[in-house]
Amino acid sequence: MTSKETVMTLRHWLPVAALVAGAGCAPSKAPSGGQGAKLADVREAALRTYVEPGKLDEYYLFYSGGHSGNVYVAGVPSMRHIMTIPVFAPYPATGYGFDAETKHMLGQYTWGDVHHPAMSKTKGDYDGRWLFVNDNANNRLARIDLRDFKTRQIFGPIANSSGNHGSAFVTENTEYALVASRFSIPIPRGRYAPLAKYATQYHGVLSGVQIDGATGTMSMGWQIVTPPFDWDLAATGREISRDWAVWSSYNTERATGRLEVTASQRDRDYIAFVNWKKAAEAAAAGKGKIIGGVRVLEPREVPGMMYLVPLAKSPHGADISPDGRFVVGGGKLAPYVTVYDFEKFFKAVEANDTTGSDEGIPVLRYESIRVAEVPVGLGPLHTQFDDQGYAYTSLFVESAVAKWKLGPFDGHDSALVVAKVPVHFSVGHIVVAGGDTRHPWGKYLISMNKLSKGRHLNVGPSQPESSELIDITGTGMKTLYEAYTEPEPHFAQLVKADVLRPIEVYPKAENKNPNAIWAASDGKITRRGNVVEVKLYSIRSYFTPHAIEVNQGDSVIIHVTNAEQERDMLHGFGLASYNINLVMDPGETKTVAFRAKDAGVYPFYCTNFCSAMHQEMQGYLLVKPRGAGASASAAQSGGR
Amino acid sequence: MSLTSWLEQVLSPRARLAVLGAGTFLVIALFFPLWQITMFANQFPEGIRLSIYAYKLVGGNGGADLQGINILNHYIGMHEIQAADFVEMKFIPFALGVFFLLTLRAAVFAKMRDLVDLTVLFVYFSAFSVGVFWYRMYTYGHQLSPEAPIKVAPFTPPLLGHQHIANFDVYSTPGLGTVLLAAFALGLVTLLVLEARRNPLARL
Repeated sequence: MTSKETVMTLRHWLPVAALVAGAGCAPSKAPSGGQGAKLADVREAALRTYVEPGKLDEYYLFYSGGHSGNVYVAGVPSMRHIMTIPVFAPYPATGYGFDAETKHMLGQYTWGDVHHPAMSKTKGDYDGRWLFVNDNANNRLARIDLRDFKTRQIFGPIANSSGNHGSAFVTENTEYALVASRFSIPIPRGRYAPLAKYATQYHGVLSGVQIDGATGTMSMGWQIVTPPFDWDLAATGREISRDWAVWSSYNTERATGRLEVTASQRDRDYIAFVNWKKAAEAAAAGKGKIIGGVRVLEPREVPGMMYLVPLAKSPHGADISPDGRFVVGGGKLAPYVTVYDFEKFFKAVEANDTTGSDEGIPVLRYESIRVAEVPVGLGPLHTQFDDQGYAYTSLFVESAVAKWKLGPFDGHDSALVVAKVPVHFSVGHIVVAGGDTRHPWGKYLISMNKLSKGRHLNVGPSQPESSELIDITGTGMKTLYEAYTEPEPHFAQLVKADVLRPIEVYPKAENKNPNAIWAASDGKITRRGNVVEVKLYSIRSYFTPHAIEVNQGDSVIIHVTNAEQERDMLHGFGLASYNINLVMDPGETKTVAFRAKDAGVYPFYCTNFCSAMHQEMQGYLLVKPRGAGASASAAQSGGR
Repeated sequence: MSLTSWLEQVLSPRARLAVLGAGTFLVIALFFPLWQITMFANQFPEGIRLSIYAYKLVGGNGGADLQGINILNHYIGMHEIQAADFVEMKFIPFALGVFFLLTLRAAVFAKMRDLVDLTVLFVYFSAFSVGVFWYRMYTYGHQLSPEAPIKVAPFTPPLLGHQHIANFDVYSTPGLGTVLLAAFALGLVTLLVLEARRNPLARL
């Protein structure tokens, strides 16, 4: 750390600290206008957020559920939780992780850590087809199909990559979902090297996961091996920057041990500018080598693919303006956000305006690319954009959100900040409606706070997170509502409701499952050796067959079809003592396979309330004990 | 004798054209429901719909409502409503074809007799069809399974208008197809009256 850098940092901290101290003197309530004005504000906020029973919200909010492994869907402006989409963890409420298909998808894992949902885009705007989410823990990506709000693919664990944090961010037309390793490891995964050799034997990895434009199916594209930085967050370009992605990094010190100290020594880490198109072309041309089954590129072997630019300090957020021109980097320990200009970046690349290189990756001259250091406040993390030319940055340390003008960048950086609103407390990500697209809707911002610190009815020591809805129309910001969100929201996507076109039932005609049945008379039990296969018919309010007789030790495969075509008419199949619960949506067929290891009689029943006769919707699995002279199953097809 | 010669009177050119025009109603009626049954309940604010065409049954909501109605009806032990059980759906399209031929006959041969035949037969056919339909409703509502989970007193679903059955408000109304057939019948009667005024029976 040079003395010049120290001075600069202090220069930036001081005025902001003074500002905060000044604000601290005044109460956080409305400064003037008294009780009457406050009541008027409350009334207005109530009217803005009240959605009459039976009426629909204007926006869908998809927020990540962190280490719950789920994605949550809420309506905005009411902030009402509408549903939970299980992704990386079993969820008996929808039978997720119990049927053969989702069980296979989850594999050996029972949890994941969802951070950054990314809606598929066309021309840089949400197209409402899929939602891609990352698993920070087990290096996976998942695709939720927004036609039915179901997780349809879990991709990974991705080779070589460890700690998939800087993900999922999709390119302008959903060509790729991007992945970055937060934790560097010796690659391929599974290789051992002592921590003492961290700087040389450990590597970071950036990946491009290819997305099929018609089906959304993910497959491995390419990887770039990097020095052992901790890659943090990413953003994808649009228009002039459409071939590019940026990733922030920390621990460019290549430190180990107590990182909060050891990785906070340099005043600036890097933000990487990566030409993903060039990476894809180089991989297609056979450059690099295969590691862990993936084509891995070395930056020094593909000139023009990757550049580093300094970014202060302990960087976190990396975001790109709607028009694709400006990159905003937030540093957790800096009192300002750094704004870079892609036009200047291209010039610097052309002029080879570097200050050196880091392990063969050119480091561009900071001053040539940076156009502003906007003093937004303490602990700036993430930036979102609206439709009016404003940017919004979350301030973790300050527990606030800053609103600032995205230019003109003419040296009057502090004049760009126009408003600040306190949040409760310690905000992480924020999301503006369409805030990471070509055409944001603006209007609302949601601040996803890490701590709620007792602002709710006391529920004991494990406290919920809080999310606050903030009106961002006009030049100011106004907090409208607060909701307590499931642990733990990271990033979210806020999308106008009409962008999505979900179905309400699975049309019978589209069910191509060979085991689907649509008439009670087709419900049957077939035995082949010691495999018993059952086609089970479910409809209000019965199962056919209602008795399934097997021998102890048999392999049992049950295909349950919900023959309903009426919306919200779900049926469940819970099998007592066998740890099985399926839920079939109308028109859906699900399969469960298990071994009848315990003899006895086990009831099964409809677990998802369906009708007045729901309680009667039940049957028996009869398991004859081994050696009891059990004959082949002759269970009858039960009538109504 | 005078009636016979009255029946031999030739229709006016305008009446022949009108008969031909009315005949197209018979064809168009095939493409629209003859009867519509809609059931509302608190949890079905959008209604469950059943449209009865000359030759098919179509549930609302992309067809799903037919199964929905049958699922609800099975709780009271009602026989499944299915097109195969409606013999009307075989004879009505055939009959409409026959009536279309009879309108051609009336337009081409253009005797008063042709118009009278057509009108009388059609009115009879209409009354018969409505009667059969009523009987079908009666049968559905009265042949309830004694094993039904919910025992209700036998009833006849409304042929026309509104009835409250359990938690449902049931509305039964003629469809556009029936309106067209009724217009056809009314047209024939009107023509008969007009032609009879032009050639009064008494004058012969």
